[in-house]
Amino acid sequence: MSLDTDKPLLAQSLIDRREAIKRVSALLGGAALIGGSALWTGCAPKDSPPVAADGTAAFVPFTAAEIAYLDEIADTILPDTKTPGAKAAKTGAFMAVMVADSYQPKDQAIFRDGMKTLDAAAETANKTTFVASTPAHRLALLETLDKEQKAYMDTKKPDDPAHYFRMMKELSLLGYFTSEIGCTQAQRYIESPGRYDPCLPYTKGEVSWASHA
Amino acid sequence: MQDQVQDQAYDAIVVGSGISGGWAAKELTEKGLKVLLLERGKNIEHIKDYVNATKAPWQYPHRGGRTTDMIKHYPVLARDYPLNEKNLDYWVDERESPYTEAKRFDWFRGYQVGGRSLMWGRQSYRWSNIDFDANAKDGIAVDWPIRYEELAPWYDKVEKFAGIAGNRDGLEVLPDGQFMPPHKLNCGEELVGNKLKKLFDGKRHLIHARTANITQPLPGRGACQSRDACWLGCPYGAYFSTQSSTLPAAVATGNLTLKPFAIVSEVLYDKDKKRASGVRVIDAVTNATTDYKAKVVFLCASTLNSAWLLLRSATDIWPGGLGSSSGELGNNLMDHHFRLGAAGDLEGLDDKYYYGRKPTGFYIPRYRNVFGDKREYLRGFGYQGSASREGWSRAIAEAGIGGAFKDAAAEPGQWTVGGMAFGEMLPNHANKVTLDETTKDKWGLPVLKIDCATGENEAKMRKDMMADMAEMLAAAGVKDVKTYDLGYFPGQGIHEMGTARMGRDPKTSVLNSHNQVWDAPNVFVTDGSGMTSASCVNPSLTYMALTARAADFAVSELTKRNL
Repeated sequence: MSLDTDKPLLAQSLIDRREAIKRVSALLGGAALIGGSALWTGCAPKDSPPVAADGTAAFVPFTAAEIAYLDEIADTILPDTKTPGAKAAKTGAFMAVMVADSYQPKDQAIFRDGMKTLDAAAETANKTTFVASTPAHRLALLETLDKEQKAYMDTKKPDDPAHYFRMMKELSLLGYFTSEIGCTQAQRYIESPGRYDPCLPYTKGEVSWASHA
Repeated sequence: MQDQVQDQAYDAIVVGSGISGGWAAKELTEKGLKVLLLERGKNIEHIKDYVNATKAPWQYPHRGGRTTDMIKHYPVLARDYPLNEKNLDYWVDERESPYTEAKRFDWFRGYQVGGRSLMWGRQSYRWSNIDFDANAKDGIAVDWPIRYEELAPWYDKVEKFAGIAGNRDGLEVLPDGQFMPPHKLNCGEELVGNKLKKLFDGKRHLIHARTANITQPLPGRGACQSRDACWLGCPYGAYFSTQSSTLPAAVATGNLTLKPFAIVSEVLYDKDKKRASGVRVIDAVTNATTDYKAKVVFLCASTLNSAWLLLRSATDIWPGGLGSSSGELGNNLMDHHFRLGAAGDLEGLDDKYYYGRKPTGFYIPRYRNVFGDKREYLRGFGYQGSASREGWSRAIAEAGIGGAFKDAAAEPGQWTVGGMAFGEMLPNHANKVTLDETTKDKWGLPVLKIDCATGENEAKMRKDMMADMAEMLAAAGVKDVKTYDLGYFPGQGIHEMGTARMGRDPKTSVLNSHNQVWDAPNVFVTDGSGMTSASCVNPSLTYMALTARAADFAVSELTKRNL
């Protein structure tokens, strides 16, 4: 298999070429291509419209209600377990920042439309909004959407747009696992470990090292 | 004309404060010379100005990622990994300092005190006679005017001072040096390395990466804390940079004057004495120009910037610039081509993990076209790689949501291992830089025009670079091995070399065996510009050794009144 150069790769961070190597190996090991957006290494998509100088294409910031809605989506994907979930880690606010600052306009549109589509699906299934749905109903709906996005993303052509729910899932994971809660409670974050032990016994259930830079 | 002439004469002027310039300043001041160290960018003080060095991931609004604004403002940097939120201030402002691309060339620059020594990859390997003999043996370009034996004592010197962690592997292709204990291979890396020993007739070696991250303290510097944050500036001084290492040594002599925001517009040349008399400096903030005089000038501005400066100097004598009498100034630009290799999954280590974050991985030195191996291309390549367990990002593409999904994503995943090849690029006269008189930078200087491409030899080599890694991994028992080629454009290696090559003959080279400009013996160029061929081995350690050697020679020539 070979990778297209214009496909952005995603990982927690990228420090140097060794890190690039790790990223590529992570990628080949099953981590994702971020759909459509150009967050980490990406070249801007060839067909992305230029940012309008007159402000007509300016992104309208998410409202507090929309951020609360994104929090519920993220928290359904990554709920409280033995560690606090995505809402506690303020993942909705992070998603809003990333969509506003880092997404290309066409991806912003996909994401925004996706929020409407998702709410419409909640109305159909639960006769109410996503936020007002019961936790069980939210989970059931997002499980359906997760299957839908995975089937689509696994078979789509490289230039096809990303699925909105892949974007939401990716930003939820990114936001949560790089948050203070995600680093220090869900994973191990030690700013200065002080040493490197190259080979230690590992017992299932122990958590990952969070990255620094 | 200059606005003023600085009355105080220096013994030496060093242009550029990165890896080479820091070494020149240290060596010259320690030998008693009064040195003016000029840096075009801002000052960055050790520790104090490493503003993000201890910041946690969650303290960045975009968690280290890039925004559309950043991409707009840094279109070149955005082409590859350097554009990021965490050390954005260490990269050049492209709007102030444009350049012209006859062909795509990714020029990733760091304009500040310390230059790219703050962000470098820290891989530190000696070159060998396989490299220094190469041009003569292949009948390509010109012969190197030096051999490994002449450089070896200087490698010893710079390794001891810079602090290189590595293992003594006893390999002819990659000579051993003065090493601190290496950063240990983790269980995944060791597993593959041990298997490889029994394969390919024992000719391919997976060794500890040799890196300028110290594992034992040095004066004023602490040992590596396994933070793996080595491009933010290290508050422990645990990786070699100008700030952590050479600059404090130079300052301690009392002989150093450091001047940031000082853009050297030209080397001043005295045609009667046939010597440089000093340099003209544009103040980057006020635009005022000042002439500084010195007995000797060291150009350490980085390969392309030193060539750019020479192209602008003494043009009344040589239209092609200072050092152009050979017709080779600006030519023979090289880089390392890379961004391809293979990776796969390691089995049998699910009950193993590591503690801490290692700042490096492994290295597989060159084995192609050496020791009896013969391929349909010249030269060879080495691999940098690492093994690790996957983190949470693997979950993005996995099915699932909810509590079990979250807790599983927080655990380390599959062990993976991969290697990326770095290949030698042949010197080629046609790969060149010139002045683009039609485009000016913020300070009115005609910008550099870069015209560089890889050729057939590199294309042939790339097939092996990708396939060999897959073959080695599969033979070592790695599962689900996949190759990749992310494509390559010159410059992406950030190993620019050539443009003022060393040689034995003033008619075919810009510098002699001591990095002295043939046309102006009191001008030395000791960064990557002087490289006569590119090797496949990371070049920075060789710049350090060449700089220390040239500084020693310059002082001895000054003493003999030959300069």
